[in-house]
Amino acid sequence: MAQAPAVIGGFELPLEPRLPRIGSVDAVALEERAATLAKRSIKRESKVQALELAIRMMDLTTLEGQDTPGKVAALCSKALRPDPVDPSIPPVAAVCVYPNLVATAKERVRGSGVKVASVATAFPSGQSPTELKVAEARAVVELGADEVDMVIDRGAFLSGRYAKVYDEIVRVKEACGDAHLKVILETGELGTYDNVRRASLLAMAAGADFVKTSTGKVSPAATLPVTLCMMEAVRDVYHETGRVVGIKPAGGIRAAKQAVQYLVALHETLGREWLTPDLFRFGASSLLNDVLMQLRKEKTGRYQSGDYFTID
Amino acid sequence: MAQVEKRPSGAPAPLDWEYAPAPEARDIVRIRDRYGLFVGGEEVDPRSGEWFPSISPSSEEQLFEVAQAGKEDVELAVHAARGAFDDGWSGISPAERAKYLFRIARILQERARELAVAESLDGGKPIRESRDVDLPLAAAHFFYYAGWADKLEYAFPQRTPKPLGVAAQIIPWNFPLLMLAWKIAPALACGNTVVLKPAETTPLTAMLFADVCRQAGLPPGVVNIVTGDGSTGGYLVKSEGIDKLAFTGSTEVGKLIQRELAGREVKLTLELGGKAANIVFDDAALDQAVEGIVNGIYFNQGHVCCAGSRLLVQESIYEPLLDKLKRRLSTLRVGDPLDKNTDVGAINSKAQLDRITELVASGEEEGAEIYQPECRLPERGYWFRPTLFTNVAQSYRIAQEEIFGPVLSVLTFRTPEEAVEKANNTAFGLSAGIWTEKGSRILWMVERMRAGVVWANTFNRFDPTSPFGGYKESGFGREGGRHGLEPYLTFE
Repeated sequence: MAQAPAVIGGFELPLEPRLPRIGSVDAVALEERAATLAKRSIKRESKVQALELAIRMMDLTTLEGQDTPGKVAALCSKALRPDPVDPSIPPVAAVCVYPNLVATAKERVRGSGVKVASVATAFPSGQSPTELKVAEARAVVELGADEVDMVIDRGAFLSGRYAKVYDEIVRVKEACGDAHLKVILETGELGTYDNVRRASLLAMAAGADFVKTSTGKVSPAATLPVTLCMMEAVRDVYHETGRVVGIKPAGGIRAAKQAVQYLVALHETLGREWLTPDLFRFGASSLLNDVLMQLRKEKTGRYQSGDYFTID
Repeated sequence: MAQVEKRPSGAPAPLDWEYAPAPEARDIVRIRDRYGLFVGGEEVDPRSGEWFPSISPSSEEQLFEVAQAGKEDVELAVHAARGAFDDGWSGISPAERAKYLFRIARILQERARELAVAESLDGGKPIRESRDVDLPLAAAHFFYYAGWADKLEYAFPQRTPKPLGVAAQIIPWNFPLLMLAWKIAPALACGNTVVLKPAETTPLTAMLFADVCRQAGLPPGVVNIVTGDGSTGGYLVKSEGIDKLAFTGSTEVGKLIQRELAGREVKLTLELGGKAANIVFDDAALDQAVEGIVNGIYFNQGHVCCAGSRLLVQESIYEPLLDKLKRRLSTLRVGDPLDKNTDVGAINSKAQLDRITELVASGEEEGAEIYQPECRLPERGYWFRPTLFTNVAQSYRIAQEEIFGPVLSVLTFRTPEEAVEKANNTAFGLSAGIWTEKGSRILWMVERMRAGVVWANTFNRFDPTSPFGGYKESGFGREGGRHGLEPYLTFE
């Protein structure tokens, strides 16, 4: 079994022009910075702007064994018109489903601008032969997925077989064709921020359009520090190479307040240019209703009970 | 940030997002028109008959008037402190003393928001810092020293600790309430009584603290507070009735005080200036080092004696680090200290602003290259843009003198030996920072640094359990921790 070379690899991989170093991450200071960013006080019109943007950035997700065409159809309706009584609320960015439900979702959102994302590559574990993963990615694109959310092989990564992880991403990227590729690092299984940074750089070097934190099946899923760590890696790649990569925290973001904190971190780390659904997404299922609730509160001055927001 | 390429055509533009103002409400603190002196447990008018205005540095408005204590006022305060010492404070049980300190700590926590707003109004520091740093730490110091009050014999086994008597304490304007806590908490825990002189420009939280003392039921005369300019401090130093003098402030004044006290039986501690080196090695976590550099020099507008005002960068990472640092400076939010999103507030006074401006001009004249991010500064008040200088030589004034403002001088080094040599090559020795992923190098460096505090992979981190103090012209004596008790005790 190939081990990591003494001179760290990943780093001779063809990211053109190459990053001069991988760099490291100090966990204490990273978490402190994230905590400081989370304390920003976002009020009034700036809060409304953030919440509307959060909706436009949302990948409304259902990834359960019990998913059915009926469930996905309901989710798609919610995606197109999140608040039935307020037409000014924009649709979300995408719906994210399992491969078997891509066709249903595609049918439901056709012509709307809402994208269909499908997980692939033996989601959530990634523990399958490469050929099957590539075939799965190709299949979901043929079924109509606009975006593919793949998982990396954490077993390979953690045993130092970075080249395997890299090659697999390259192969899946080829199989995706024009579909957007989001690479899920499953940060909750990587153990350190150093690994998160390394995996982010690896994924970007291999052609990821987005780096994504989590499957939602492992705890912890997305956290603010881990997402900040990925933002800093994306920033380094941008400044060294000019390559623009998006970020998607997924799992565990349930409150509007959290979403605003992620947007503050994005704004102050990558700047205005990343404040767009093209470059940032939230992978979430229950976040949307809290955002709608907060928006209605900002507009009417009153909170309404959960019964006034549809559960889909 | 440069224009991002490859944006899909027809996609909506990114959001232009401005944070709405988020001011902390200032009506939580009721500021009176006038504050007298706190002597013998009561607020009294000054015998001098003189008052002077206190200005808010962020708006230049007059906030209130405060007494200018003359010689007679200072003597009355010292007399009151002596009386309280003799009349019982030195004799009550140590556990009883601890009880008062615990009470004060609790009241500081309960009134934290009010005191934080007062601190930001009077001194210009961002509410984020007074709320998250000054107030929690001030309360923590009282809690910590309350715990020592009845354990002094265990702190100094085989010795018999006794209080000194009257402690005169002169504090600076950069952390008004926190420096008050650093001084008063150990003095009272050891059984001394206190005459405190707050800085001329920041007396408000000290006057509110007088109210905290009353609220805690502290016996009259145990804490006395005299306000005024430098002359008031002079009278306090010259007073025959003091047994101990603790001073935090400039090296210049520290030297005057030491000269004045030569030959007198007054125990002295001085915590003076600094010109700390923040040393970044090529294996450091760069983004976090940038945060540490920013925290090291732009925290509290650089009005920090242990500020990391000299950045020493290993040459091999000079460019990426400076690029990151400059980008980070452009995200600092300068403005209204009471806005919860403000990172850098107002310069404390006109005099300090003039000094910073003068030193920055000297840096440009001597040939250093200046960088300041673009940011809108308010029209009224005292402001200075976060500033960094590159191409700085060791011989420049900006690399040698304490600026006490948001101004960073960047120098480079090639080897660890050179880093040590340059870091120690200063008249000061208060603090230093080391950034590296290599634990052995941290230890190697710490052994060689002549600085009272060395932070590794962090900066400006304080805790009441940790001693703090300087080498060389940064003064002597330690505050904080068990070490911080000793300057307030005598041993039989």
